[in-house]
Amino acid sequence: MRRVALQGLWLRRGRALLTTLAVVLGVAMVCGTYVLTDTISKAFDTIFTTGNAKTSAVVSARDVVDQSTSGKATIPASLLTKVRSAPDVAEASGLVQASGQGTDQIRLIGPDGKTIGNQNAPKLAFGVDFGATRFNPFTLSAGDWPKGDGELAIDRSTADKQHLKPGDKLGISAQGAKRTFTITGVARYGKVNSLGGATIGLFDVPTAQKLLGKQGRFDTISVAAASGVPDKQLAAGLRSVVGKDATVRTGAEQAAQHSKDIEEATSFIRYFLLAFGFIALGVGAFVIYNTLTITVAQRVRELATLRALGASAKQVRRSVLLEGLALGALASVLGLVLGYFLAKGLSAAFVALGIDLPKTDQVLKPRTIVVSLALGVVVTALASIAPARRATSISPVAAMQEGAKLPPKLGARRPAVGLGMLVLALVLLGVGAFAGLSTAVALGFLGGGCLILFAAVAMLANRVVTPLARVLGAPAKRAGGAAGRLARENATRNPARTASTAGALMIGLALVTLVATLGQGLRSSDRKSLEDLVSADTVVTAKNGFDTIPSAAGRAVAKLPGEHAYPVRHDRAKAFGDTVSVDGLAPGIESVLRLSSVPRPGQALVESDYADKHHLHTGSELAVVTPSGKRLRLRVAGVQKRTSVQKIDPLLAKVLVSQATFDGAFPRPGDAYVFLSGPASAKTVQKALAPFPDVEARSRAAWVTKRVNAINTLLNLLYVLLALSVIVSLFGMVNTLVLTVFERTREIGMLRAVGMSRRQVRRMVRQESIITALIGAALGLPLGLLLARLLSSALADQGVAFAVPGGALVIFTIVAILAGVLAAIAPARRAARLDVLKALQYE
Amino acid sequence: MTSPVATSAVVTARGLTRVYGEGATAVHALRGVDLDVQPARLTAVMGPSGSGKSTLMHVLAGLDKPDGGTVSIAGVEVTGLDDKGLTELRREHIGFVFQFFNLLPMLTARENILLPAEIAGETVDPAWLDELVEKVGLGDRLGHRPSELSGGQQQRVAVARSLASRPTVLFADEPTGNLDSTTSAEILELLRSTVDGFGQTTVMVTHDPEAAAIADRVLNLDDGAIASDEVRS
Repeated sequence: MRRVALQGLWLRRGRALLTTLAVVLGVAMVCGTYVLTDTISKAFDTIFTTGNAKTSAVVSARDVVDQSTSGKATIPASLLTKVRSAPDVAEASGLVQASGQGTDQIRLIGPDGKTIGNQNAPKLAFGVDFGATRFNPFTLSAGDWPKGDGELAIDRSTADKQHLKPGDKLGISAQGAKRTFTITGVARYGKVNSLGGATIGLFDVPTAQKLLGKQGRFDTISVAAASGVPDKQLAAGLRSVVGKDATVRTGAEQAAQHSKDIEEATSFIRYFLLAFGFIALGVGAFVIYNTLTITVAQRVRELATLRALGASAKQVRRSVLLEGLALGALASVLGLVLGYFLAKGLSAAFVALGIDLPKTDQVLKPRTIVVSLALGVVVTALASIAPARRATSISPVAAMQEGAKLPPKLGARRPAVGLGMLVLALVLLGVGAFAGLSTAVALGFLGGGCLILFAAVAMLANRVVTPLARVLGAPAKRAGGAAGRLARENATRNPARTASTAGALMIGLALVTLVATLGQGLRSSDRKSLEDLVSADTVVTAKNGFDTIPSAAGRAVAKLPGEHAYPVRHDRAKAFGDTVSVDGLAPGIESVLRLSSVPRPGQALVESDYADKHHLHTGSELAVVTPSGKRLRLRVAGVQKRTSVQKIDPLLAKVLVSQATFDGAFPRPGDAYVFLSGPASAKTVQKALAPFPDVEARSRAAWVTKRVNAINTLLNLLYVLLALSVIVSLFGMVNTLVLTVFERTREIGMLRAVGMSRRQVRRMVRQESIITALIGAALGLPLGLLLARLLSSALADQGVAFAVPGGALVIFTIVAILAGVLAAIAPARRAARLDVLKALQYE
Repeated sequence: MTSPVATSAVVTARGLTRVYGEGATAVHALRGVDLDVQPARLTAVMGPSGSGKSTLMHVLAGLDKPDGGTVSIAGVEVTGLDDKGLTELRREHIGFVFQFFNLLPMLTARENILLPAEIAGETVDPAWLDELVEKVGLGDRLGHRPSELSGGQQQRVAVARSLASRPTVLFADEPTGNLDSTTSAEILELLRSTVDGFGQTTVMVTHDPEAAAIADRVLNLDDGAIASDEVRS
């Protein structure tokens, strides 16, 4: 029996290969994701290991606030003297480092006045004690190290891309306005030319300290142990010297810490991309299930003959399962190989986005191979269980009957199963949306509900296929005459088959509709409330929309005649053991920003949700710790009602203080916005901002539009990733059509014999495909809207509203039609090319 | 309707040869067949299996291309036509009746009958349709689908379908091959009556002597050549 199954598969190898493609793409996505993220981690690990090679221990400030926009906490320069006098220390040197976040970065500015590098890539900078060569992670590849104010060295990658060499002039901008520096040298970090697309400026320590506002501070102190002293012993000695304000790590621990940070960053990318791989695999399972069901139906005679020859039902079932497993194994191997190359493609895409990944060989871990292969095989095996069970219902007598058919499917026989699943799905979705569970649990319920809902709808869909095809096929009949009419009839001949073919497409379309609807909800709730809240004439922000800008930019525009500038300082702080956003508001800001009250120095205005969570009310005391480690005691002066501006990208922070309080406690103060009122046009303001290359001024309307559309980039990324599952369902449609054409060979021969032209045959197949695709859309779009409705209820307190994206729905319908046309190209050609005589004689 | 005296042939074949395969294994299905099919007559092509009778019909109907010789139908040179021309020829001049009926299962009897006209973008004269339906004796079964009809009824639908466009010539390929003897007799009677009543030129391939018995002319093929050509009156 095993031989029979595998030989049969070999005979149908062309079709089998087409079937596997449905799983190959999902497996490739999973494998590619692992390879890509492992490669990124490995590359950065290598960099950090080489960078710390000769460092025995590193002293740094205790991390106070995660993700602060003013960089990490620093340590006092005086600590260096203490460290040098500690036991077992051979040499120590202080390093200043700009984290590349918010106000803690130094931009390199090209001759065109624009910042060098992609706007999303970090602009790193280091202040290095070049005399202490063993701690210097950089190696010169041209020129000399910079000395004093006005000199810098740059990274090799930037120098190459911008054709810069020692002696050239370069603009730099840190906390203040743009200044011109001279390039003295070009350097590499360890052995690599670039750090993930970042630009790097190298300065001597005092210059870096001045530029970054870290006078008298270091970010880290590198320490080398006296000969023969183990790193651990050195670190222990240092700990007793530096006290509790600083952390001491051995070189190895420091590298491990870096790896952990990188791992955290890449694991987000990993799970995000994996999610789409899983969706594609789910759709692939649908396609495999459908294809096997059709082939089992077409092989009734063959399987019945086997039964008549003495094969048991169990053997027949096993032979179908074996076929599925063989397909799954093949698909997984192909997917693994494809995934390896996909990772290369993804990495090239990152480069195109300006994120150069450090060069290293692609990493293919055993885990990647095991997970990819297992997923492909398991998914295919699961998808072949139902067709295998159906195959056992074939009775031996069918071998002798002309046109014997399989008994109807479980779902068709017992609609209660599908209905039960539908009810279960709705209950899960309802609980997820309305039971007021925590967001994570609610999303779990919604996700599970979604899965079951898709399966249930696909099971029940055969009941709506006929009426749907009637409606959706009407234009085909009008435009396509007999071919169109036959297309419509064909689509409803086997409703279960059409339903599950359309079901695969339905999933992809439901998910893009869900994304589009949530996106629309975010946009529409945002615009109204932003216009309601802000009445400034002009708004100044960072060009990339999320960085904070140097406070010097706000001071520059305030000098414009007749202009009143109201900066909103922004950073994060620590309170109640967690990170909280804090804004510092300029006096008089109530003239451009609608607020219930304005905090005076020492006071805090707290957002209502935050206040509820931590039981704060007017008069309570609120203690926050700033990124520099300063403790700030604030008196709650009022609770600011949460505006309807969505919380996913809130306009204002949870804690609002006065500008004076903010500037007194936060390091390197930067502004999220500077609101302006006055006669100057945005263009005039922009001119005044010339020394600040990454800062832009927009009229209120233009600013609102940009802010509202900021979500588009995310939406586009999601569309691209969901396109994968739509492509998988496309393979499913091609598969079904090919099998259907094959099944109807004799019929097509007859149609040709009674006068149907090749064109009409092609049209007939194409329109059946379009009708199937439109059924997918007719099921998927409402389903997506339903899910969005539920999800927006679940996320209502995140400010997500429900709004129907009309334009997007039209586009998705057009996409479905195009999918139908595309899927039909090959099968329609095949049908049209059939030799009339051979087709007529086909059995 | 038509004169019983044949004036000119509607289907003409000259020197038809058809070879399958090459070299030593080559099979000569037709070895130089000449044939004139007279209008308003029922011509039966008989012969043992492998005699080339099916090949002859396929070549005559333009379903297969001969290796040598020519075929013309209603003055049109069939052998020189491309796919488009052949499609046109089938729409205008040819009707088919198949052994396995070949009806579309999702269409009703009436829709199946009208299908060729619909494909050609034409309409069938209602009076002619009524006459046809009465002729094949379907009457109240027109709204039924093939699965609800007996084999004989299905073949009646197929005959009506082939006649709806008033083809120059009707080709019937073993029309009784899939029917029991009683039903076979009914279908043969129907074919005979369309020749007599409508003057329908018909070429029927069969190995059934009963079927040949109703023909005006019986051609016997043997090993790719006409062994006997018997005209009855």
